[in-house]
Amino acid sequence: MIASAPITWYQACRTIDVPKNGGVCVKIREEQVALFHFTRTDTWYATQNECPHRNQMALSRGMIGSQGDIPKVACPFHKKTFSLETGECLSGDECSIKTYPVKIENGWVFIGMDE
Amino acid sequence: MRIVIIGNGMVGYKCCEKLVNRIPPAQRTITVFGEETRPAYDRVHLSEFFAGKSPEELTLAPAAWYEENQIRLLLGDPVIRIDRASKTITSHQGITVSYDFLILATGSAAFVPPVPGTEKKGVFIYRTIEDLEMMRDWAGKCRTGAVIGGGLLGLEAAKALVDLGITNTHVIEFATRLMPRQIDATGSLLLEARLKQLGLTIHTNKNTAAIEGDDNVSKMRFTDGTELSTDILVISAGIRPRDELARAAGLETGSRGGIVVNDNLETTDPHIFAIGECALHGNMIYGLVAPGYEMADVVADRISGRHRSFTGFDMSTRLKLIGTDVASFGDPFIEGDNIRTISVTDHQQGIYKRINISGDGKTLLGGVLVGDAADYNMLLQTCKNQIVLPPQADALLFGGRSAGEQTGMGVDSLPDAAQICSCEAVTKAAILKSITEDGCETVDAIKKCTKAGTGCGGCMPMVKDLLNHTLKAQGKYIRNLLCEHFPYTRQELFDLVKLHDIRSYDEVLSQLGSGHGCETCKPAISSILASLWGEMILRKGNDTAQDSNDRFLANIQKGGTYSVVPRIPGGEITPEKLIIIGQVAQKYQLYTKITGGQRIDLFGAHLSDLPAIWEELIAAGFESGHAYGKALRTVKSCVGSTWCRFGLHDSVSYAIRLEERYRGIRAPHKIKSGVSGCIRECAEAKSKDFGIIATEKGWNLYVCGNGGSKPQHALLLAADLDSETCIRYIDRFLMFYIKTADPLTRTATWLNKMEGGIDYLRNVVVNDSLGLAAAWEEEMQLLVASYECEWKAAVNDPEIRKRFSHFVNAPEEKDPTIAFAPLRDQKRAAEWK
Repeated sequence: MIASAPITWYQACRTIDVPKNGGVCVKIREEQVALFHFTRTDTWYATQNECPHRNQMALSRGMIGSQGDIPKVACPFHKKTFSLETGECLSGDECSIKTYPVKIENGWVFIGMDE
Repeated sequence: MRIVIIGNGMVGYKCCEKLVNRIPPAQRTITVFGEETRPAYDRVHLSEFFAGKSPEELTLAPAAWYEENQIRLLLGDPVIRIDRASKTITSHQGITVSYDFLILATGSAAFVPPVPGTEKKGVFIYRTIEDLEMMRDWAGKCRTGAVIGGGLLGLEAAKALVDLGITNTHVIEFATRLMPRQIDATGSLLLEARLKQLGLTIHTNKNTAAIEGDDNVSKMRFTDGTELSTDILVISAGIRPRDELARAAGLETGSRGGIVVNDNLETTDPHIFAIGECALHGNMIYGLVAPGYEMADVVADRISGRHRSFTGFDMSTRLKLIGTDVASFGDPFIEGDNIRTISVTDHQQGIYKRINISGDGKTLLGGVLVGDAADYNMLLQTCKNQIVLPPQADALLFGGRSAGEQTGMGVDSLPDAAQICSCEAVTKAAILKSITEDGCETVDAIKKCTKAGTGCGGCMPMVKDLLNHTLKAQGKYIRNLLCEHFPYTRQELFDLVKLHDIRSYDEVLSQLGSGHGCETCKPAISSILASLWGEMILRKGNDTAQDSNDRFLANIQKGGTYSVVPRIPGGEITPEKLIIIGQVAQKYQLYTKITGGQRIDLFGAHLSDLPAIWEELIAAGFESGHAYGKALRTVKSCVGSTWCRFGLHDSVSYAIRLEERYRGIRAPHKIKSGVSGCIRECAEAKSKDFGIIATEKGWNLYVCGNGGSKPQHALLLAADLDSETCIRYIDRFLMFYIKTADPLTRTATWLNKMEGGIDYLRNVVVNDSLGLAAAWEEEMQLLVASYECEWKAAVNDPEIRKRFSHFVNAPEEKDPTIAFAPLRDQKRAAEWK
C-alpha cells in the first residue's frame, strides 16, 4: 500500500469572493492557483494559474464550461482548453496542468497542496 | 500513348482531368504546355478578382495536382512549332516532345480593333489575371474609364472598372444595342436603361477612330467627330481564336479565324484535335465554358478508344452583369406563324422577360430574361426536356423562384435525366444519388462529389433546391448548430432569447441548453443578450460568460497586462485631451501607440490599475472605445471639406455622428467604418464593414468590406444618399447583420455566404423586401438610446470593481510574473516562450 503524500489545506477566500460560474486567482505560499466554481452543480476545482502553452498567468481569467461530462477551462490567450479533473489538455496539445483538491468549510474555500 | 496538350486554360485543364479519369498513368504520358505562368484558373469568374478573390482562389487545381496525376506541366513556355511529319512539337525554351495525339486548347485572345493609339499606357485588354493586375495598378489614379465593347465581356470589364472605384465609366458599343448575340432588342434597351441607372454611361452606334494622349491615354476620338476624355481604356470588343500555331503547321483554319474541326473534333490531321475557343466547329466558335468542357470530354473519350462525337451545343446562358441578371435559353429569337411569343416588360423595376412557345402551347422553345433571371434554371430545364407546359403558360413569367412551384414546375417535375449542370454534364439523378446514397448534406459536398456547379456555377440555385427538397423529403434539416450545448443556430437562439425575454447567459443555458456551456456559446450568447437588450454586459452574472477581453473591458496582451483605448470619435481630439492621455500614460507607465483606427492605445496596464486609469480618463471626458468588444470600433475619417481643398462634405462631423450613434452596440463580430470626404478615399472607407464616401449629391454607402487576412472591397449599397437616409440604411444593414450572421462572422463573410449576394442585401435594406425595415430602425433606436459608457458604470459599481484584482486574497498585489523590456524610449512586453 502506498501512503499518499500529506496534504496541507490552505485557506483561500470566502465562497462569495468567487464569481458565479467563473474563476479567481489565489496566492498560496508563492504559488498562483486558479480556483473555479460551477454554480449550477456547486462544484469547485483548483489548478495551476499558469497556462503551459505560453507560460501565461491567466487560466483564472478564462471561461469555464464542459465538454461532454468533463469540466474544463479555456485559456483567454489562445483558447487552449484543459480538463479541470485531470489537468490534461483537451485541445490536442501535449501540455497539461496541475490540479488541486478543494474543500468548503463554513463559507470558506480551502485548497489542498502537497507539503 | 503520348499525349501533348497545348494550352492550360479552363478547357485544357478539363481535358487533363477527363484523361486522368479514363487512362491509367502506366498507359500514358501527358505533357501540358501553358503560355501563362499560372496553372489554369477560372476565367469565367475573373472579375471576382476585383471583388477580392485571390489568384489562388481562382486556380482550378494547384501545380501539385498535375504532379500527383503524373502530368508534366510546363508553364510560361509557349509552343512555337508543330512538326506533323515527325509528330513532335517544340517549345520556346527548346523542349521537343513527341506525340501520338496532340490536343490544341490554345483558346482565344482579345480582338483589338485596328485603330491608332492602342499601344498607349492605360490601354488594357481583359483576358488574364496579369491584365487585371496591370489594370488594378493603373486604376488608382483614374477618375474616368472607358470600355470598347458592349458585349458580355465588355460589360464585365465595365463592372471591373466600377469595382476599382472608377464610378464615371463609359461603355462604347459599335452596334446599335448591347449584347446583340444573347438578347433581343427590347431586352437590350431595358439592360441599357438599368445600367445607366447604376451610373454607367452607354454609347451605342459609336465607332472609335483613334486613341489619343502623349504617353498615357487621355482621350478617345470617334468617327462621328465626338470625343471622350478618359484615364483608362479597356478593349473588350470580341475574341480572336488562337489558331496561328495550327495555321503555321498547315492545318485548315477558318477565314475569320478558328481551327477547323469535324464532329470528332479532329483537325485536318487526325492525330491533332482542337477544343475550346480555338476550335471552329460547324462554322461556329463556342465562346462559353460548357461547350468547351463537352469538347474536352469528347476528345478524352476518343483517345481512350470510345466512340463519341460533338454535334453542337446549347448556348443558353445566364450572367450577372453589374448586378443585373441577363439570361437567354433555347432559341431566344425564334419567330414565325406557328410560334407564340409572350413577354412582360416592367420599366419601373427594370425587368424584361420573354418566352417563345410552340403554337400548340405545349413546349417551351426559348426565351430572354433581363433584370430577374431567378426562373432561368427551371425554364431552361423545361425547354431542354420538352416538359409539357401547364395550360396557362404565361404564369411562367410572373413571380420569383416560387413561380415554378406554383405552376407545378418545381425541381420535382424534372425527369431524372435532366442535365442540371451543363458544364460538367451532371444529371438530376446523379445529384440525388450523391444526397441519398453518398450522404452529401451540403451544396459544397455535392460539388465535391459530383463536380456539379464547379464550372460556371449557374446551376447552384438549382442544386441547392434539389438538396433542400431531398433532405426535406428525408425529414432532414441542416443547420449550423452553435456548439454541443445548444441544438440551435445563432439566428434561432437570437429569436428564442427574444421570444422568452431571457436576460442572462445562465438562464439561456437553463431554458434552452444543456451542460455547463463553453468558450464558444458563452461569448455568442452574451453577444446576443447585449444586442437584444443593450444592458451593461458585466451585470446579471453575465460577467463570467463574456470572452476575456469583454470581461475586463480591455484587451489582454502578452504577459497578462491590458491595453486601454479611449474613444476618439472620427479621430478628432483636442490638445487638452491629448495632454490628459499623455499624463495618464506617464502616471501608469504605459506604452503609447497610434492605432490604425485613428485613436491612441495605451499598453501595459495592470488589471488592478484599470479602474483608476479609467476614472481619470472619464473625468477628462473620455469614454470606452470598445476596442475589446465585438462591437463598433472606430469610424475613421479624412479631414473633409472643413479644411481639405478637395473635400465635398464634412466627413469628420458625419463620422463623429455615426460613431456616437453605433458605439457600444454588440454584434457577431467587430465592426469598422470610415467616412471619406471625396472620391480620393483617404479614410479607406471601402475596406470597412460600412464605408461612406462623399459625392457631389450626397453620400455613397458601401458595405461588407474587410481588411485583415482576406481583404475585400466594400460594395456599393446605395448612391447619392442624404445624411438621414444613409443612417436609416446603416441601421437596417446592421440590424440585419446582427440578427442573422453566424458567430464571429464579419460582414464580408456574411455577405459572401448570402444567397443572392449584394443584390439580395440591397433589396432587403433599400427596397425593404422583407418588410422588416421599420422594426429594425426602431430596434436600433432602442439600442442607441440605451447606450451608457461601460467603464463609467464599472468604476461606479463596487461589486464589478472588486473583480479587477489579480489575487482574490491579496487585492493590492500585482502579478509578480509580469515583466517588461525597454524599447526605444518606451517599453514592451517581455517575450514569451
